[in-house]
Amino acid sequence: MGLIRYFATDKYAVYIWGSYGVTFLLLGAEVLMLLKRKRNLTRGHSPKLESRDNRLETSFQEIR
Amino acid sequence: MFRSYSPPGQPARRCGYLWNSGIDFSLCLQCRSQTKVYGTRYGIKVVTATHSDALDQRKCGNFMSKNRINLYKYAAPANFYPLAGKLIPLFAVPSAILFILGMYVGFFVAPTDAVQGESYRILFIHVPAAWMGMFLYVLMAIYAGVGWAFNARLASMMATAISPTGAIFTFISLVTGSLWGRPAWGVWWVWDARLTSTLILLFLYIGFISLQSSIDDARRADRAGAVLALVGVINVPIIYFSVQWWNSLHQGATITKNSFKMAPSMAAAMLILLGACWLYSIAVVLVRVRYIIREREQEAPWLAEATA
Repeated sequence: MGLIRYFATDKYAVYIWGSYGVTFLLLGAEVLMLLKRKRNLTRGHSPKLESRDNRLETSFQEIR
Repeated sequence: MFRSYSPPGQPARRCGYLWNSGIDFSLCLQCRSQTKVYGTRYGIKVVTATHSDALDQRKCGNFMSKNRINLYKYAAPANFYPLAGKLIPLFAVPSAILFILGMYVGFFVAPTDAVQGESYRILFIHVPAAWMGMFLYVLMAIYAGVGWAFNARLASMMATAISPTGAIFTFISLVTGSLWGRPAWGVWWVWDARLTSTLILLFLYIGFISLQSSIDDARRADRAGAVLALVGVINVPIIYFSVQWWNSLHQGATITKNSFKMAPSMAAAMLILLGACWLYSIAVVLVRVRYIIREREQEAPWLAEATA
């Protein structure tokens, strides 16, 4: 792990770790959001579909 | 799945392939086979008729001519859903392995750059992310166009599924480029042709996502998104050729057909991470398209069987 220690003292270390940090943070967040979506689906409730149905319901009430 | 909400007494209306009587049955316009009624919602009869039901039952003549059966089989969400489920681990596991391998080669094998020092190691992820942002946009536009032209809802769902991943990769390329530009150029950002056109690419992705989520009817959202995606494709060659057309601070292509100006271990790290990004994108898009299918085809009987 000598190289890791070298990078920790390198003057560009913050840019390098920052880049890879942002990358894996965003990719991890994407995976987490998909897992959350799966949880919602398996519980049988989908916030997106529910809000759409609510809007459709109000628009039909307006037609009547 | 074509869901149409017909209030009682309203005239029948046409949606997609289906002529919906609004009362108790629908006809598939392609094969004229009668499809089903699944129930009522909010006191309004919800008529749900799927072309894929006809596909499943091998009734639809247009789609079921003998020499076309294999070509179109997986255009039906009912057939694609289980296939995608089987494919996901085949892409996700190699992707993780390649990410680890690419990081190892990039940090422990590739030598320090003579001019840039260590900061060039950012490019191992910057370049693949920028390529992915452009590739995925073209792929998204192709799927959106196919979905629009041929009324193929699975293709439209694929376009919707690709867009967040493409936006994330474009954002990563902008952030890592900025983090690289600060030590290399001395600035975080310049209004340079390539940087600006990549920023426009990010805005196109965001526009596509927000346009689709602002329209309630899924098929209308697909069509509106397809127009935006296809118009936006013009931006991709602009990004690619921007370093040749304009006097740009951004460097030109290092890897071209005739030259390969890079140390082998550096090129290896970049290409391995590119492969990892591709496999990651495919896996994530397949997961997402499965969720989109489940959301849109909630009332389809095959889905209840598939997820039981």
